[in-house]
Amino acid sequence: MTDPHSSPTPTLAVDTLSVRFAVPGKVRWLRAVDDVSFDIGHGETLGVVGESGSGKSTLARAVLRLGPKAAGSIRFRGRDLLTLEGRELGAMREHLQIIFQDPLASLDPRMSVGEIIEEPLREFRAALSGAERRAQVLAMMDRVGLLARHLNRYPHEFSGGQAQRIGIARALMLKPDLLVCDEPISALDASIKSQIANLLKDLQQEFKLSTLFIAHDLASVRFSCDRILVLYLGRVMEIGSRATLFDHPLHPYTRALLQAVPIADPIAARARRAEPLRGEIPSPLTPPSGCVFRTRCSLALPRCATEVPPLRTVEGNRVACHRAHEI
Amino acid sequence: MNALPVLEIRDLSVSYRGDTGTFDVVDGVTLDLAPGEFLGVVGESGSGKTQLLLALLGLNAGARLRGSIRYRGTELVGAPAATVNRVRGAKIAMIFQDPMTALNPYLSIGTQLTEGVRHHQGLRRAQARQRALEMLDAVQITEPERRLGQHPHELSGGMRQRVVIAMALIAEPDIILADEPTTALDVTVQAQILQLLRELRTRTGVAVMLVTHDLGVIAEVADRVAVMYAGRVVETAAVQTLFAHPRHPYTEALCGSVVPLSGPLPARLPTIGGLPPNVAMLPPGCAFAPRCAYAFERCPTAPPPLTTVTAGHRKACYFDGALGAAR
Repeated sequence: MTDPHSSPTPTLAVDTLSVRFAVPGKVRWLRAVDDVSFDIGHGETLGVVGESGSGKSTLARAVLRLGPKAAGSIRFRGRDLLTLEGRELGAMREHLQIIFQDPLASLDPRMSVGEIIEEPLREFRAALSGAERRAQVLAMMDRVGLLARHLNRYPHEFSGGQAQRIGIARALMLKPDLLVCDEPISALDASIKSQIANLLKDLQQEFKLSTLFIAHDLASVRFSCDRILVLYLGRVMEIGSRATLFDHPLHPYTRALLQAVPIADPIAARARRAEPLRGEIPSPLTPPSGCVFRTRCSLALPRCATEVPPLRTVEGNRVACHRAHEI
Repeated sequence: MNALPVLEIRDLSVSYRGDTGTFDVVDGVTLDLAPGEFLGVVGESGSGKTQLLLALLGLNAGARLRGSIRYRGTELVGAPAATVNRVRGAKIAMIFQDPMTALNPYLSIGTQLTEGVRHHQGLRRAQARQRALEMLDAVQITEPERRLGQHPHELSGGMRQRVVIAMALIAEPDIILADEPTTALDVTVQAQILQLLRELRTRTGVAVMLVTHDLGVIAEVADRVAVMYAGRVVETAAVQTLFAHPRHPYTEALCGSVVPLSGPLPARLPTIGGLPPNVAMLPPGCAFAPRCAYAFERCPTAPPPLTTVTAGHRKACYFDGALGAAR
């Protein structure tokens, strides 16, 4: 199951990935990610959206080989990440970097800004002299909008937006092939969000970064991502380009998500007033049979309870819905 | 507004003592809340919006309040505890951001719901239980009988926030204060809760003062908006006016930083330069001036007062030209 919309040699090719957790005290498994396949092309940003409990973060962690062992395959730099262990996996981490949601929590409070940004170089560029490392650190700090005088400051002295710049600098020091962003701007204030979103976009183009961008905020995903994957209870509901997914969403869940986003225009917001999606995401311990979304879907048919809808290509999107062609 | 306000806030300041002296987290706020009105208060972290709400309930621990808060003519600032307690909870109720921390994990939903009315209205157990069932029904919780015996951890996030709203409503208050009531929720559940708040306002005539950082939420629910920056109200207007004709540069910049979900997508997001202010170290004059594209010589001299633009529309800004030219 390859994805026909990305480049011929994708940076990342995830095939039939499943991640399950053992439920303590019970003889059963929780499937957090279930049979997910996608590619990320060179320099491409793929957004992953879905409600909490949809498996977005578990998916990101699986790609980074954090968390429980996953099934399926993750092709990256000619290897299957899921087969690597120990030293080989450690060496691969040079090319895989992450930016976290809470920038302050992801920075060691006892290390200065300079030490934090330099650490990847110490680990993977041991041949560089101290002066060379320092020069690279300062150049990167300048690039992400930090001042040279910040070098010896500590994380707690920075606001959320500035701290996120430190996290971005650290992640880019080794010029990774794949950057994973887990809600990189969700925790920031409105006026800072746009600054960081612009910075990330500039850096993605400059470094030709391939990016897996996890977010629940659809507007920021529309700005930052080339393609979007919609996840629900660990399953792919729809994958499409930014234009097709936002302008012509086909899956009832994608449509419901888009309709739920408040519009910052009182006239349009009041004219729309669609009936919100009913209920909440079910427990992944007891996912519905057939299509996992059917219990909240206004278009569900009896067939949806018995047959899992496969991902099919409809009007340029790949969508898992029995009724996609009617929408 | 024709009807007498239920709440009149006059020149309200909330100050704390810090290492470097006292500083105002709320500074000279004047606002009215009309019966049945839905007032949105929007601002970033540190703007004083939450401190303003807490002040209305006398809950800012360790702070000094100056100015006046009148509930239907009764002064609350400096009032005896008995007066404040009569109003707080019974006439003015609060909904917090995180329903899990607003609820007591050890007590059943039924106990927590009925605590208030048994205290404030002296209802007997059976009567209180009947009221609780009515309230759970009013906030559209399924199987209300069963919920009374459940504990918070047994409910989903959206259900918990409905319980918190039921708790706020059960004493039939005139005013509900809501502090980011949907920020911790998924966008689909947020849409449900906003719809519920709108319906409750229409049905019961309760006035709502909702604090948020999200202009989309404001556009969806508010009749009137107050924009806060560095502890002060910098602009207030009817919701349509504020979005269509913002007159304060900060409001204009906030509106401009919203990413649209459809239509043309900017290559870069408009940003507000600089950082949100630290209220302990405010610049002289207008606190927004250092970040403002329209600032001129007069701005750093003294904080601009709120002046009337048109009936019902006020702004605190010296710049009187047309906005839009500087961007």
